[in-house]
Amino acid sequence: MTYDVIVIGSGPGGYVCAIRASQLGKKVAIVEKRATHGGTCLNVGCIPSKALLHASECYDEANHAFSEMGIGVTPTLDLDKMQGYKSEGVKGNVDGVAFLLKKNKIDAHHGTGRVVAAGKVEVTKSDGTIAVLDTKAIVIATGSDVARLPGVEIDEKTVVSSTGALDLPTVPKRLLIVGAGVIGLELGSVWRRLGAEVTVIEYLDRILPGMDADVASSFQKILVKQGMDFKLSKKVTKVEKSGAGCIVTVEPSAGGDPVTINADVVLVAIGRVPYTDGLGLAEVGVAMDNRKRIIVDHHFTTNVPGVYAIGDVIAGPMLAHKAEDEGVALAEMLAGQAGHVNYEVIPNVIYTAPEVASVGKTEEDLKTAGVAYKVGKFPFLANGRAKVNRTTDGFVKVLADAGTDRVLGVHIIGAHAGELIGEASVIMEFGGSAEDLARTCHAHPTLTEAVKEAALAVDKRALHM
Amino acid sequence: MAIEIRVPTMGESVSEATVGNWFKKVGDAIAADEVIAELETDKVAVEVRAPSAGVLAEITAAKGVTVGAGAVLGQIREGAANADAPATAPVAKEPPAPAPLPAATSAPSAAPQPVPAAANGAPSSNGGASMPASPAARKAIAEAGLDVADVAGSGRRGQVLKSDVATASAAQVRATSGAVAAYAPSPQLPVPAQQLRVPSTGLDSEREQRVPMTRLRQTIARRLKDAQNNAAMLTTFNDVDMSAVMALRAQYKDAFEKRHGVKLGFMGFFVKACIQALKEIPAVNGEIDGGDVIYKNYYHIGVAVGTDKGLVVPVVRDADQLSLAAIESKIGDYGRKARDGKLGIADMQGGTFTITNGGVYGSLMSTPILNAPQSGILGMHRIEERPVVRNGTVVARPMMYLALSYDHRIVDGKEAVTFLVRVKDCLEDPHRFMLEV
Repeated sequence: MTYDVIVIGSGPGGYVCAIRASQLGKKVAIVEKRATHGGTCLNVGCIPSKALLHASECYDEANHAFSEMGIGVTPTLDLDKMQGYKSEGVKGNVDGVAFLLKKNKIDAHHGTGRVVAAGKVEVTKSDGTIAVLDTKAIVIATGSDVARLPGVEIDEKTVVSSTGALDLPTVPKRLLIVGAGVIGLELGSVWRRLGAEVTVIEYLDRILPGMDADVASSFQKILVKQGMDFKLSKKVTKVEKSGAGCIVTVEPSAGGDPVTINADVVLVAIGRVPYTDGLGLAEVGVAMDNRKRIIVDHHFTTNVPGVYAIGDVIAGPMLAHKAEDEGVALAEMLAGQAGHVNYEVIPNVIYTAPEVASVGKTEEDLKTAGVAYKVGKFPFLANGRAKVNRTTDGFVKVLADAGTDRVLGVHIIGAHAGELIGEASVIMEFGGSAEDLARTCHAHPTLTEAVKEAALAVDKRALHM
Repeated sequence: MAIEIRVPTMGESVSEATVGNWFKKVGDAIAADEVIAELETDKVAVEVRAPSAGVLAEITAAKGVTVGAGAVLGQIREGAANADAPATAPVAKEPPAPAPLPAATSAPSAAPQPVPAAANGAPSSNGGASMPASPAARKAIAEAGLDVADVAGSGRRGQVLKSDVATASAAQVRATSGAVAAYAPSPQLPVPAQQLRVPSTGLDSEREQRVPMTRLRQTIARRLKDAQNNAAMLTTFNDVDMSAVMALRAQYKDAFEKRHGVKLGFMGFFVKACIQALKEIPAVNGEIDGGDVIYKNYYHIGVAVGTDKGLVVPVVRDADQLSLAAIESKIGDYGRKARDGKLGIADMQGGTFTITNGGVYGSLMSTPILNAPQSGILGMHRIEERPVVRNGTVVARPMMYLALSYDHRIVDGKEAVTFLVRVKDCLEDPHRFMLEV
C-alpha cells in the first residue's frame, strides 16, 4: 500500500497536517517515536508547563491574594500531587490527539522514522523491528530539541533543560536559569511561586530578545517586584557539581572578572535547535542551512521532490501555532488548493503572571524599517475589570501606521494577555485600522476594553484616561 | 526553482477562460513545451504548454475554475536538485504592503466611509491597494487564478471579502474587447452571479424552461451592457441609394467571379466606403484610453457574422490595403469558418471599426451597440425599392437606411454626420473609390 502523505512527527505541526490532509481525502500515516502523540508541546513543553503555571499561580494567589479578598486559608504544597495534576492534564491532551488521529483514519506508526528515499520512510520500532512505508509525499515535522550550552552537561537532575525543570521532585532552594527567554521566565515563575529563589542570567542586556523593548523592560520590572533576580549582560562559563548542587561561574558578556553563584538546580534555557539528525535527510540530500534548518520554498518543498518540511525544523519562530498553520497550508497545497500562512501575523505569548502577548511589529522593527507609526497605549490600571480583580499590572500598546491607521503590531502585558491578543490577530489578518478596532463594540466590564482604549489612544482619544 | 505555469496569451478579446482537463497530475514529470492542460475560452479551446521541463509541483487552478489572462495555473519544479532555495522564513501569501489611504481615517468621523471601489469608480481600484483581501479571500483569489486588483471589495474600506471573490469569479468582470466587446471592467456594476427571480405562479412555472447561458452568450451580454454603461452612445441615420452599386455589380459580377473566384457582394463596397470616411474622420477609428484618445492609422474592419451560437465579429485586417476582391474573399472565408466554429482568437482581434448588417435578416432600421473599445459601428439594413424624388420626379430607387452608432465622448455630432454622408456619397458614386475623393 502506498500512502498519499506520511508525516514524521506528531507534534502540533505534524498531527494537524495529518488531520487536514485526511480531511481532504488523502491516505495519511504519521510516524512518532514517543509512546504518546503531541510532540514536545504536549508532552514536555507548552502543555505541562501551563499546568504547572496554572497550579503554581493558584498557590501564589492563595498565599498572597486571598486574604485581601477576605478568604482566610493557609495553603500547603503537595508537589507530588501537583505533578500528578500536570501529568493528568498532559494525558488528557495526548489521548485527545490519539483520538483525533483515529477519528480521521490516520495510521499511527510508533517508532523512529527515517527517510530512505523520496517516497520511502523507514520506521524502527522500539523492539528493533523495521518497516518501510511507501508514500507519495513525506512531511518532516520533527520539531526541535533543547539547545545545549557548550561544556555544560544536562543530567536533568541538577542541571536541567525545560524537560527536567517540569519534573523536579522537590522545590529547589536556589534555581539559576540560563537565558531570559520565554521558557526560562515561565519555568522560573513556576518555581519562584513554589518557593525557590530564582536568578536569571542573560547574555544580552535585556530580557526577551525580539520582544518590544518597552514591553520587555516593563515586564522585567514586574518580575523583579515579584522577587525574580536578573543578571543581564552576563554569561555562564562553567557549571561545576558540588554536593547536591552546583557552583556556576558567571562573567560579564564583554569579558571581565568572574563571580561564582551557588545553585541547587541550574536550568539551561538558551533556546531550541531544529531536530534534523538521524532522519536520513543528509543521505537523501535534503538541503539545510547553517543553523541546521531544512531549506524549503514557500510551498514547504525541500530540494528533494516529494519531501516537505514544516514547523520548528524550518525557518521562522519556533511556535506550535506557526507549525499548525504550516501543516494546514501544506496539506491544502498537497491537495491542489492554495495554502495560507501569514508570517506577519503570528502571535507570541508568555504564560507568566501577568501574561505577555504580542503580534506583529515591535516599535524597534518599525523604526528599523523606517515606517511612520503612531502608538496608542492604555494601562490596565485604568480598566474597571482589572481594578476590581486587582490585576492592574501592565498595559496594551497598539502600533498603527501613521498614514493609513492600519494596525501593525499589538503588545500586551497583563492578566489574560494571551487571550486578549486574539482580536488583535484578527484585525491584523484583515488589515484593519486602529479605528476599526476602536469602533468595534467591546463588552463591559472586560479586560478587552483596554484593547479598545489603546486603539482609541492611537488617535489620542482614549475615553478612560 | 519553481516555475509558474500561467494562462497563455489568449488574445485581447479573451480575458478569461475555464480550466478544462489537466493532462498531468501533481508529481508527474513534464517535458518543456508539452501540453499539460487545456482552457476553454468564450470561443476556442487553448492549450497550455509547459514553460519548462520538470515536475508538476502544484495545480493552483483546478478543472472548472475560471482564470484570467496571465493567472497562475500551477507550478513546475525544475527537476534538478537546487540548493538555492531561500534560507529565510518562507513567506507565503503575503498581504500587499500597506499604502497610503486616500480617505483620511484619522479624522474621527462618526459616519462609516463609503466603499472606495464604488466611490472612485476606477476600473481596477479596490481596497487591495490599502487593505489586504481577507484571509479566506486571499486563498480563494489564488485558487480562482484571479488577482486581488480584479476583485471589487465590499468590506469595510473596500476590503475584498470571500464573497466578493465568488462574485468576481462568476461575473467575470474583466474584459478588453471581442465578440461584442466592452470597455474596461466596471466593478461597481458586476453582473450578478445568480439573479434569483420570484417564482412564477401556478401553471406558468410548469411552462417555463430555465436554461443556463452559454459562456459566449454571457460574454455577449456582459460586453454589450458594459459598452452601454461606458460610452456616450448615440446613433445618427442616413439613407443611401444603392442604384449605382447595384448597377456596377450587375454589370461585372460574372467577370469578377471568374477573375477572382469570389462573388461580388455589397460588403466590400461598404468596407471601402467606411475606410474612406474613417480616413476623413479619424476619431471614429479611435479609442479612449483613460485620459487619452488613441488614433489608429490602420484600418482593421470587423464584420459581424451571425452564427447559431451568437454573433461573432471577425476582423479584416489592414482592409485599406486590400482590393475589393481580397476583402470579399476574406469575408467569405470568415463566414465559412464561423459557420464551422473554426474562427480563431486571432481572427477576432484588433478591430478598429465594425460593420453589422441587419439587412440580411430584413431589418429596416436599427441602433447598433458599439463594439467597445471602438468608437463607431455602421449598421446596414435591407435594400428595398422606395419612392424618392430625383430631379423633381418621384422615382423608385433601391434604398437602404444607414445607421452610425458612435461614442459621443470623442466623436462630435458633425463628425458622425459627415462620416455617414461620406459613406453615402461613395456608395452612390463608386467612381469616388477610384479617385479617393
